[in-house]
This record gives sequence, structure tokens and C-alpha cells, in this order.
Amino acid sequence: MAAVATCGSVAASTGSAVATASKSNVTSFQRRGPRASVTNDSGPRLVSIAGTRPSVRNGQLLVSTGLPALDQLLGGGLAVGTVLLIEEDKYNIYSPLLFKYFLAEGIVNGHTLLVASAKEDPANILQELPAPLLDDKCKKEFDEDVYNHKTPESNIKMKIAWRYQLLPKMEIGPVSSSRFGHYYDASKRMPQELIEASNWHGFFLPEKISSTLKVEPCSLTPGYTKLLQFIQNIIYEEGFDGSNPQKKQRNILRIGIQNLGSPLWGDDICCAENGGNSHSLTKFLYVLRGLLRTSLSACIITMPTHLIQNKAIIARVTTLSDVVVGLESFIGSERETNPLYKDYHGLIHIRQIPRLNNLICDESDVKDLAFKLKRKLFTIEAEVQKGVSTATFLLDGPRKKLFPCLFQLLEVACIPWLMASSSVFKASNIGFESLCYQLSGFFSASLLHF
Amino acid sequence: MFVELNNLLNTTPDRAEQGKLTLLCDAKTDGSFLVHHFLSFYLKANCKVCFVALIQSFSHYSIVGQKLGVSLTMARERGQLVFLEGLKSAVDVVFQAQKEPHPLQFLREANAGNLKPLFEFVREALKPVDSGEARWTYPVLLVDDLSVLLSLGMGAVAVLDFIHYCRATVCWELKASILYLMQGNMVVLVHDSGDAEDEENDILLNGLSHQSHLILRAEGLATGFCRDVHGQLRILWRRPSQPAVHRDQSFTYQYKIQDKSVSFFAKGMSPAVL
Repeated sequence: MAAVATCGSVAASTGSAVATASKSNVTSFQRRGPRASVTNDSGPRLVSIAGTRPSVRNGQLLVSTGLPALDQLLGGGLAVGTVLLIEEDKYNIYSPLLFKYFLAEGIVNGHTLLVASAKEDPANILQELPAPLLDDKCKKEFDEDVYNHKTPESNIKMKIAWRYQLLPKMEIGPVSSSRFGHYYDASKRMPQELIEASNWHGFFLPEKISSTLKVEPCSLTPGYTKLLQFIQNIIYEEGFDGSNPQKKQRNILRIGIQNLGSPLWGDDICCAENGGNSHSLTKFLYVLRGLLRTSLSACIITMPTHLIQNKAIIARVTTLSDVVVGLESFIGSERETNPLYKDYHGLIHIRQIPRLNNLICDESDVKDLAFKLKRKLFTIEAEVQKGVSTATFLLDGPRKKLFPCLFQLLEVACIPWLMASSSVFKASNIGFESLCYQLSGFFSASLLHF
Repeated sequence: MFVELNNLLNTTPDRAEQGKLTLLCDAKTDGSFLVHHFLSFYLKANCKVCFVALIQSFSHYSIVGQKLGVSLTMARERGQLVFLEGLKSAVDVVFQAQKEPHPLQFLREANAGNLKPLFEFVREALKPVDSGEARWTYPVLLVDDLSVLLSLGMGAVAVLDFIHYCRATVCWELKASILYLMQGNMVVLVHDSGDAEDEENDILLNGLSHQSHLILRAEGLATGFCRDVHGQLRILWRRPSQPAVHRDQSFTYQYKIQDKSVSFFAKGMSPAVL
């Protein structure tokens, strides 16, 4: 399989170039267009696969996460070959929604699905997928849910008024697979015929743990080992990595793993601080990423990181994943009654975005994002209204967050706050107590710098 | 390679120092641009490079290398670059039984003691070839990144031993027949976990900081994300043989990463602020 290419890199580096060029033909980590160094291939021109589009920044092949707002925040979508890690919210209410949106997007686009769970039968998970919003009659219901700045005469022409609410062109009739990113109705179920027409594989741990699937000895927990073997079998047999001569596959495999790291998978990192299997999860993630990088697949993993006792493992897991999104719901916390957050159900933190094939990545400028689950839709918005912009670029942020922006200006401009002129501190309606609190915090930080 | 960073470090590919261990460290930000810099720097300096890339795939480095002016595929073809792609090799090791010891053999074992197979691989890759003429100037080992080895089950002491063995081989080695001192360089990247209380990582970082000659530390700004200043770079030279006055020099710069280069400026002198 890939042994030829790696032996090439170990022993002699000549002659391995052609092998690797043909081997890496199926990955998406390539420039579009003809390349002079490729000799006997038909060229790594990416055949257009349903539900994918190339990134504008680096030509990377992207798939939609099922939430157009999240796609926008991630720089266009999730790159094929990468892992999206969702840090679950405390009571696991909203993370299954993101999980299901990802799978539903796969069904609508005709991708192959692989659903793995230790808690629920994958068949049941697929029954609960949200229905896609397809045709024009849903548009009116959609409009009354979504608040936008549409002027009356633009009823026909959709305007992108608010940055994170991409309104797609609504088409009459069945959804066309050339569209990237669909909207889903969380209150309705996916039609049965769409689910049955799709190609999906399920991995339910209680069933598979006792099976006699041949497994190479490995140092991971048995659940993880079996899951890795299962994923690798599917990738090989259905030809997602191009190594199977009988199968020529030009489709994406969407892998969804639910509640990874929870005790149901046989892992004890959520129970004990220094368990015996503390490296099992990180090894699993590493090998999984290796599998993804060499095949046409994308993976979503939800993980109860708030339960992991050892903080170092969370940091390692973050480094080993590509995209990390954290959900923090307001249920049960004091923020539920905070008037600032009354419209929202929780905060969404984009903790990490990968830099693939590039020195920089598309980070969004707004870091305070909140989500709300309306009657039918899951929307993501910037937390507070943008305030009046002042002269300097850094203070262009929301008005209520004036002081952190101010202190950042002082740090970047290297001005000790004591020497800043009073005009820098001109602020109209910030309370005096918050001013003192912020100043004391910054003063102690600035003592370390100067 | 970034010309501005060369100016700050006072080196060029033609007259770089030899026999040095450079430690790249990042805290709260991504320091991988430094790895790309050193990779293209040493390839341009006509060195034989062994790159142990544990965190990203070959095509990622290749595409960024093209932006920086080096072709990794060409370098690999003519034998200048030996590339160990960690992700691909891990898949081979885990799913197939290997006959001969594989550099990432420790993935199969529950309690792997040491990184000896990986060291053998590095030594084999950087062994001087008996071809008579010296094609390459000096060997260089580049590792991206060492913290991943901790995540894969190795202890901090095992990783420090591996670095020690590599340093003894790469930075000073005597060839058996000819007395030929081959002073190579090493560049390793370690993540600083900050307040994540990762003790193993702290041991590794402190141990390497004491051994290295040059430490480049990329930190995110303390006040958070900024569009125009991506972070702060601290450069620390450690010269134990010099008198105390010149021993440890430290500079701090802020930087902004662009598509093909990185611009450095003194603290507070960002073009966006001025």
C-alpha cells in the first residue's frame, strides 16, 4: 500500500518521486492545474466531486460542515483530509446538532457516511437527521425565523446583510448537488428515501467489540483499535485512498465519531487524572489523521473535553486536531440571566484553524461569537452590535469591549499605560468600576513587561 | 527563508554557524513558520537535510517551500532531503506488521522504552556517503515537532535521550577511516503548553533550553488576537564559552506573517500603528 512510498523515503530518495506523485494523486493537498513534475499520470486535476469546492486561498478541496455560518468562519469550509473537533457543551445538547448537520450535508450531497458511536446505534442517529430546506415554500418560514436587514423591494434578490447569514439562492424543486452548504430544518426529520438512497456504514461499539474482526496488535484501547481498523477497511475497500485497483472512487467519505474519549469507549481519561491509557486517545487521533491525510475523507469528532481531568491531554488533543470548535451553552450558568446574552443559547469558540499549504490562515476578525437555536435553525452571530468606530483600527471592535482593545493598542504600540495621553482613554459610557478593574489587571500585566 | 529573519539572526546561507542546536518554541500561537524558514534556509545552503515531519504531510511543506523558493520534490530526488512523513508512516506501522524495525515502531508497543529505531533512521539518513567529492556542506536534522512524541506515548526522558544521541551524531561525528569532523546543525520545535500543566512537556522544554545555542520563541500577544501583529518573537543566544557579558543576548521583535514572507519590526513599530 503506502509501504513503497515510505521505503522510498527511508532508503533511497531517487525514484520515489514518481511513486509518491502517483500515490498522492487522491489527496486534496495539491494545487489545481497541470504540474510539470508529474509524468505519467493524467495530471492531478481534481475531478469535481459533488458537494466540494476549492478554497480561494490555497486550492484546497473543501466540504461544507452543514452550517454555512460555520463554513464562513472556517475560511470557506472544512478541508478534505482534516479533522473537525467539537468540544461538547456541558450537557451535550448542542454538539449532537452540529454532528447531525455534518452527516445530513453528506446525505444531501451524496457522500458516503461512516458513523461511529458507543452510545447510540448509528441507524437511530441517521433517523434523527434534520431535513434539508429545499424549495420555495419553505422560504417564507425561513424568512420569519431569520432577522435580516432586507429592504422591502429586495424580496426577490437576496442580500447578504449580516456577515454570517449567507442566504443561498432558493431553488424550486429538489436540491441540486452543485450548491455548497445547505440549510436544515431542525424540527423535521430527513425523508426516509434520502437516507435509504445513501451509502452509509455504522460502527456501534457494543456490537463490534465482540466481533472477530482481525486486528493488528496495538497499544490502544480495544475500542479505538477496532474503530481504526474499521475505518481503514472502509477506506481501502471503497477506494477512497486510490490504492485499491478494482475500485475507482471519486466521492468523499464523511466520518462522524460521537463522544470520543468518553468512558463508553473504554477510555478512562474522563474518570481518572493519570490513568493507564492516557496516551490512547492521542495515538488514536494521530493515526486517524494519518488515514485522513491519505484519503478523500473528512471527519467530525465530538469530545466531552469538559470531563477530561488532565488539562495537558486537552492541549495535546487540540494540537493533534486540525479545526477545533468549542461550544459553551448558557444552561445552568450565571450567563443565562445576563441581559447581554438574552438572545443567545451559548457561545461558540473557534479555538484553532489549521494553516494548510500556507503560512497564514483565514482567521475571522470577530472572536466573540454566540449561537442560538431558533425554532428551526442554528445561527451563529457576533456577540454584540458593532459600536461606533473610532480613529484607530484596533478600537473598531464592539463598544462594550472597548477596554481590552484599548490595552491591546497600548501593547502593540509599546506605550506604558501611565504615559498614554488622556485622549486615548476617552470613553463615553463605560462604567467607572469596570475601568478600575480593567486598569488593575493591565497594570499587573504591564509590570512584567516593562 | 525570510530575509528579514536572516538579518535579525545575522546569518546567511553561505556563512551559517555549524554544530549548533536551535530550539523553536511556540506559546499560544503557531510557530510553524519558523520551521518553514529553517527548512528553506538549509536547503539553500546546500546542506543535507533529514526532516522528521510528524505533524503535517509532505505536500504541505512542499507547497509552502515553493512559495519560499525551494523545491522539496527536487531536493528529495537528488538526495539532498530525506523526509520522514510521520502521518503516513504511522498508518503503515499500525496496520501492517513490519519486518524490519520501523522508525515509528513505538506506536505498536504499549510501553515503548526508547526512540532507538528513530535514531537509527536519522543516523542512516545523515551518514556521509563515500563518493569522494563532498556534495553537501554539512548535515542538518530538522524535527517538527517533538511534543507530538510525548502525545504518542514516549516519556520526556526518552525524547531527551533521543535528542542527545542525535546531537552527538549530527553535531560532532568522526568518520572511521578519515578524521573528518562533520559538524551539523539541529533544529527542533517544541510547543510550550503554558498553563496547561503538561509536566512532561515542561521537562522537555527546560531540558532542551539548557542545551541549545539559539532559542526562537514565538508567542501570541498577551492581549489576544490582533489582525496586524500576529505575535512576538524572542531570540535568545546562549554562548556558554563566552565571557559572562556576551553570554546570553536576547532580542524581542513583533511580526506579521504574510503570504510569502514574514515582516519583523521592533515592539510598537508595527506599520499599522504608526
